[in-house]
Amino acid sequence: MSRFSVWVNQRLPLDETVKEHLTEYFAPKNFNILYYAGSLLLLMIVMQLISGFFLMAHYDPTSQGAFASVQGIMYDTNWGWLIRYMHVDGVSLIFILLYAHMFRGLLYGSHRTPRELVWIIGYVIYLLMMAEAFVGYVLPFGNLSYWAGEVITSIIHAVPIVGPSLTTLARGGPGVGTATLQRFLALHVVLFFLIILAAIVMHIVALHKVGSNNPDGIEIKKHKGADGKPLDGIPFHPYYTVKDLFGVGVFLTIFVTIIFYAPTMHGIFMERTTFLAANPMVSLPDVTPPWYLSPYYAMLRAVPNKYYGITIMITSVLLPFLLPWLDRNPVRSSRYRPVYKTMLIVAGISFITLAWVGEQPPLPKFFLIERVATALYLGFYILLPIISTIEPTRPVPERVTG
Amino acid sequence: MSKYRYLCFLFVSMLVPTLAFGAGETVHWMTPHYTFNRTTVIAGARYFAAHCMACHSVSSLRYEYLTADLGMSKSEVMKDIMLPSGAAFKGTIDSPMPSDMAAKWLGKPPPDLSHMDRYLGSKFIYTYLLSFYWDPARPSGWNNYVFPMVAMPNILAPWGGTVGPKGQVIYPGKLSPAEYHKNVADVVAFLRYASDPSYFKRMALGPYVIGILLLFTILAYLLKTAYWLDLKKKGRHVDSRVKRS
Repeated sequence: MSRFSVWVNQRLPLDETVKEHLTEYFAPKNFNILYYAGSLLLLMIVMQLISGFFLMAHYDPTSQGAFASVQGIMYDTNWGWLIRYMHVDGVSLIFILLYAHMFRGLLYGSHRTPRELVWIIGYVIYLLMMAEAFVGYVLPFGNLSYWAGEVITSIIHAVPIVGPSLTTLARGGPGVGTATLQRFLALHVVLFFLIILAAIVMHIVALHKVGSNNPDGIEIKKHKGADGKPLDGIPFHPYYTVKDLFGVGVFLTIFVTIIFYAPTMHGIFMERTTFLAANPMVSLPDVTPPWYLSPYYAMLRAVPNKYYGITIMITSVLLPFLLPWLDRNPVRSSRYRPVYKTMLIVAGISFITLAWVGEQPPLPKFFLIERVATALYLGFYILLPIISTIEPTRPVPERVTG
Repeated sequence: MSKYRYLCFLFVSMLVPTLAFGAGETVHWMTPHYTFNRTTVIAGARYFAAHCMACHSVSSLRYEYLTADLGMSKSEVMKDIMLPSGAAFKGTIDSPMPSDMAAKWLGKPPPDLSHMDRYLGSKFIYTYLLSFYWDPARPSGWNNYVFPMVAMPNILAPWGGTVGPKGQVIYPGKLSPAEYHKNVADVVAFLRYASDPSYFKRMALGPYVIGILLLFTILAYLLKTAYWLDLKKKGRHVDSRVKRS
């Protein structure tokens, strides 16, 4: 160690931190493709920060200037189109990764004890991301932004007693306008973003405290070598850092292919109505939320009674918090729980179906699909405590496989 | 209960598609046939400048971009595209018609067409331009199948011909239907470019960016395999890392 690094390390635990979280953090050696999502999410957050920085440098948060300033980025700013497509398509990719990451957790029981807090903090990050995405898509002030801002802030109206004043507070006035854009910009780039960053740090610290789960759902710490290191564990650095580097390569190739060849993804990543300036006199032909929120919207629509619809929607958003306790089976991984695996896949397919049907116009031919998918999705949570106690399980190996 | 009723109203209004032309299931949408390249877009730009720009702006676009993106020369742009209204070469493509006067003359100011293609789609614009019919009840004398009661008159009637409400030809146009449809498709291509001027840049750069990333991916894969090799050799991990310091 050089004298300089000794000097630094006596004052700042650099080496210690690197050891604890990278070179001597032992991760199970059998991670599969689903385990790339975590590190890719970290990468995407940094990319959103960088692209967001450049966007904000050219953005005018006023109701008169917002749309024009965003079009100025697209037409007049050097590489502005690249920066904006990175930021907008990045959101959709973040949600794809988030869903893959959460599904992976459920598939291998990564949310089960002792990792309940990893799951809960992670789920809070997901909810914060939804809020961040919502305030973000109001900012360009296209017609979709305007109406989404109006409708979502009006939901706060339903809060007893203080609802109307809270709505005014959220909008900064009676309607969505300059004050709304300015406070949404502050939320988007300062408050929500900083809370998300803090939550990500907590998520990783909590994970490294208990150690990573693996596709077999067994503890690698149970079998340690003479040196006290887990026999099935490998240091995160260099083994998983180089592996994740490969994942980054594959992912970025897909990302730039989208940016260069299908930046709006045929209206899924950037909706048509974002290309008309905000106009209170022109209502939208079809108001559907972005694809990553549409499962909840579909569940809201599935119930004919509006109050019950809202209840179902809020319940479905909050239920995943309880998952570590709803599952009562001692076996974690779905590899050794065929019934749980089937249930999870059915719930996953229902969720994707809801995402699709939530984007369709509210026609009677979709009602049945909507209701069946809602029932199947919520059924997963309701049946889990019962089925997990009686389901048959396969023998769990002592050491990790594959 | 009024707040709940308000909320209900909002959600119901979310469910009701309100734009009449959005729900037009009887409309037979036509797909414009063109190859989307610089030649088509330039032809469309010329046609647009000659027939549309008197009323419609494309104010997100600047004249100079037609040289950078499409490869037109500055003199071509100044001669064929720019209107003799003192427009600046670096300035935005604006119609010379003042919008308040336009509102007075036509009932509504003609919309800026910068983002129209991305907002309504090529099929809509193409079908709309070919769907005018003669309707003496309208102040302009024109009506439209896909956009009923539209304020815009059929400016292209001398070339495309005049049809009645049932599709019967009243006056044939100066051009054959094939030529006319090609001109309209060119304009649609120009509007598609105008709504997304990064298109040609993206197409030119894309293969290089993807190529470099593929190269990076291959190198990363080789690096990963090289590192993971010593895990396979020993059967289990022994910390074989060269200790720094």
